[in-house]
Amino acid sequence: MADQNTKTRGKVNLVGLTKGDYRGKPTTLCQGCGHNSISSQIIAASYELDLKPESIVKFSGIGCSSKSPAYFLGRSFGFNGLHGRMPSLATGAMFGNHHLEAIGVSGDGDTASIGMGQFKHIIRRNLPFVYVVENNGVYGLTKGQFSATAESGLTLKGHGTNMYMPVDIAWEAVVGNATFVARSFAGDPKQVKELLKAALSHQGIAILDIISPCVTFNNTDESMHSYAWGRNHEVALHELSYVPPMEDIIVDYAEGEMIDVTMHDGSTVVLKKLEHDYDPTSRSGAIALLEEANRKNWLITGLIYIDTEQPSLFDIYNLTDVPLNRLKEHQMRPPPESIDQVNALMF
Amino acid sequence: MSAVQVKNSLESAVELGSVVNDFSITVGTANGSGSQTSNITLLRALFKMGIPVSGKNLFPSNIQGLPTWYTIRVSKDGFLARREEQEIVVAMNPDSFSQDLADVLPGGVFLYADDIKIPINRDDIVVYPMPVNQLVKGADAPSSLKNYVANMVYVGILAQLLGIDYDKIYQALNFHFKGKQKPIDLNFGVVQAAADWAGKNLEKQDPYRVEAMDKTRELIMSDGNTAAALGSIYGGVNFAAWYPITPATSLVEALEEYVAMLRKDPETGKNTYAIIQAEDELAAIGMAIGAGWSGLRAMTSTSGPGLSLMTEYAGLAYYSEVPVVVWDIQRVGPSTGLPTRTSQGDISMVYFLGHGDTQNVILLPGSVNECFEFGWQSFDLAEKLQWPIYVLSDLDIGMNQWMAKPFEYPDQPMDRGKVLWEADLEELSGQWARYKDVDGDGIPYRTVPGNQHPASAWFGRGTGHDENAVYTEDAGEYERNMARLSRKFDTARNLVPKPVIDNMEDADVGIIAFGSTEPAVQEARHHLAKAGLKTDFLRLRAIPFTDEVTEFIYAHEKSYVVEMNRNGQLHQLLSLEYASVCAKLTSIAHLDGLPMTASWIENRIMQEEDKK
Repeated sequence: MADQNTKTRGKVNLVGLTKGDYRGKPTTLCQGCGHNSISSQIIAASYELDLKPESIVKFSGIGCSSKSPAYFLGRSFGFNGLHGRMPSLATGAMFGNHHLEAIGVSGDGDTASIGMGQFKHIIRRNLPFVYVVENNGVYGLTKGQFSATAESGLTLKGHGTNMYMPVDIAWEAVVGNATFVARSFAGDPKQVKELLKAALSHQGIAILDIISPCVTFNNTDESMHSYAWGRNHEVALHELSYVPPMEDIIVDYAEGEMIDVTMHDGSTVVLKKLEHDYDPTSRSGAIALLEEANRKNWLITGLIYIDTEQPSLFDIYNLTDVPLNRLKEHQMRPPPESIDQVNALMF
Repeated sequence: MSAVQVKNSLESAVELGSVVNDFSITVGTANGSGSQTSNITLLRALFKMGIPVSGKNLFPSNIQGLPTWYTIRVSKDGFLARREEQEIVVAMNPDSFSQDLADVLPGGVFLYADDIKIPINRDDIVVYPMPVNQLVKGADAPSSLKNYVANMVYVGILAQLLGIDYDKIYQALNFHFKGKQKPIDLNFGVVQAAADWAGKNLEKQDPYRVEAMDKTRELIMSDGNTAAALGSIYGGVNFAAWYPITPATSLVEALEEYVAMLRKDPETGKNTYAIIQAEDELAAIGMAIGAGWSGLRAMTSTSGPGLSLMTEYAGLAYYSEVPVVVWDIQRVGPSTGLPTRTSQGDISMVYFLGHGDTQNVILLPGSVNECFEFGWQSFDLAEKLQWPIYVLSDLDIGMNQWMAKPFEYPDQPMDRGKVLWEADLEELSGQWARYKDVDGDGIPYRTVPGNQHPASAWFGRGTGHDENAVYTEDAGEYERNMARLSRKFDTARNLVPKPVIDNMEDADVGIIAFGSTEPAVQEARHHLAKAGLKTDFLRLRAIPFTDEVTEFIYAHEKSYVVEMNRNGQLHQLLSLEYASVCAKLTSIAHLDGLPMTASWIENRIMQEEDKK
């Protein structure tokens, strides 16, 4: 699929698009905001996976994080919906054409406070959906109130000290029967990108809890959601690289112990275990790991849990191959003769 | 037991069996005792005898034990509203026995289960005791079912006393039990045994009987929720999300039942629809709005409290212009209110549902047939207008069985509205803007996800936006956009169903009503005309108000606005719209949870007329 404009437009991928074709509008978020870095990795992952932007649908709720879908994939449909209610909007929308990919961006307030209910239920339904939580422990857009993921005892200027226990989004996802749960750190773009690529290939819900520091309201060095804390406390579970199925070379991660997880579409996530002998296919292992990490104040990053066996929402619904939003009238309205049959069923 | 206990000395002026096909029967039972089967069997048998009939279930919010009533109106003249006055009362429940006894009209009939040992202190009625326990003991029923079939005793005794055709009772049971021989035989056996007993032991003392007519031959029986579901299926519904709430639940249950039969792709057997039970009403409408945005014919159904929860999404759909159909099967609020009682109390809330400046398009079905028609028409309207369409039915239409004309196949092809696909965008060289009013009707063009044209995508949002759907807080852009939405509401005026107008020559006053009150209004008009007050009648079928409504209001010195709520909500909305002539409108509003009666309407109108 060579493109005549290759030279002027830059390198193209297998669908003939340059990385520029995946960009969105200029960001209006604060300079240095971790969310911008995540947007860049969504662009990179989509480009590298050769996805057509027209075949991706973006969603968000309300908050700083939820503004970001305007800043990537400008050629993709998107909907910036209600605070905490992105999951329901996305669930309905993806029935329009169940062959499309879906990426949603939410925040810790949008997911763990106002949106906890819908977050839990989209997980239950296993909608094929990359659910990114840009987690910074504060409400940025309303100027820095604590969110439900803020750690107990955290003191912020103007808002005092948070007295409540935090919600651990990855933990909630694992116990809620999510089929893909990962955590990363916005300051580790390579890992964010590889996890996004794996998530996009997962046929079910993929929860990515990405610690994304708020440079303006929550960046004290003692906070879990700050850059300084993140760099000092991050414990990578494993180095990880996503290899798309169309390439037959596995890149330079051959050393050490490996565990392969085969995705539904045939692609493979290659996991390199470090000092932890970690198996992400065990839910009890994932729970134990998160429990230990919380106890020891670790920031566990990497693929925490994956289950490729559960049927996705669309496996259950047995829809026509033709997307529902392209059905013609004769496929949607029963034929005229059926009305007599219906009337005969009435008394 | 001796033959008959007639505890009265009725004047024998009323000839036996002289009142034919013109009375009401009310049955008082305990909730959960299985009386529904008996009541609906009576209703259906009378219907199959060709007699105009209506049945209303007046039930509490309770699974088992509380008193519940079912009232059947038999009317040779076709007046089918509920009546307060009961000629025949059947008392099966000791808890409501005294009230049931008091409710019988003088000269009426009281049947009761004879194990209830409460003294009967009236001598102006005919009393028939029913040996229910004795007859059930004799039935060949497993002990676990004896309580349920007990209610068939009054079916058999009424059949014998009134002359109901046993074949029609059999047909009704056959339908109810979907042809399953065992329950049919069991229930019909009790009916026959009870009828035999009555034939041998009861001497008819009352004037009431039924006689076959030919007034229902072309008709069917259905409830409004089933009709709404079927209409939606013929409207091409692709997606429904819902959360259980009385009295809307049976709409989606009917959808699930019939969609599986009618909407599988004939070649592949795959589904052309999806139905999801959501975690709450907010999620239900969120899903439906997502589906509507992505080009599906999407719907949800709920009732008042559910709508309150949906409000934030309603505002989003109004402002971002997403087609979706929302059925509101109204019940009595505020709050949980009387959740199993009928009402027209949501009309104000729905008109303004949202926040900021909203005005919503509302359809008001007045019958089972209109539930079917609006079922499919609402999708055309939603997609044409790119807005939510709220269809306000109520518990009475939705859950009770009504005589109806057979459902008619849609007489219009589907109208999917202004949707641009790849070829359209190719033709436009990709030049289009999501919120641009190209045609001057306030309705812009839209694209839906999956469109592969590189210029197809746009970013939906609840935030301020320009013609290209790009975020802006520009003052001029905001105001222009809101003015366009107002223009679109005016376009809707010409697209919504027009009112049904029924005039009398030289009428004195007008009556405006909507929905399930129509039978009561029509009967009241009949009586008022006899008393010398002629009325014209406008039955509203949609908001915004069409020119016909304007003309009707201007043409009448005085119009009564009849509705089932406390505040006179439609009267309020009409007064806002027609502020300069609102003195022409008089509110006749009333809500006690029971379906409207003709006598209440005529009494209130006569009171108002007497003030003149």
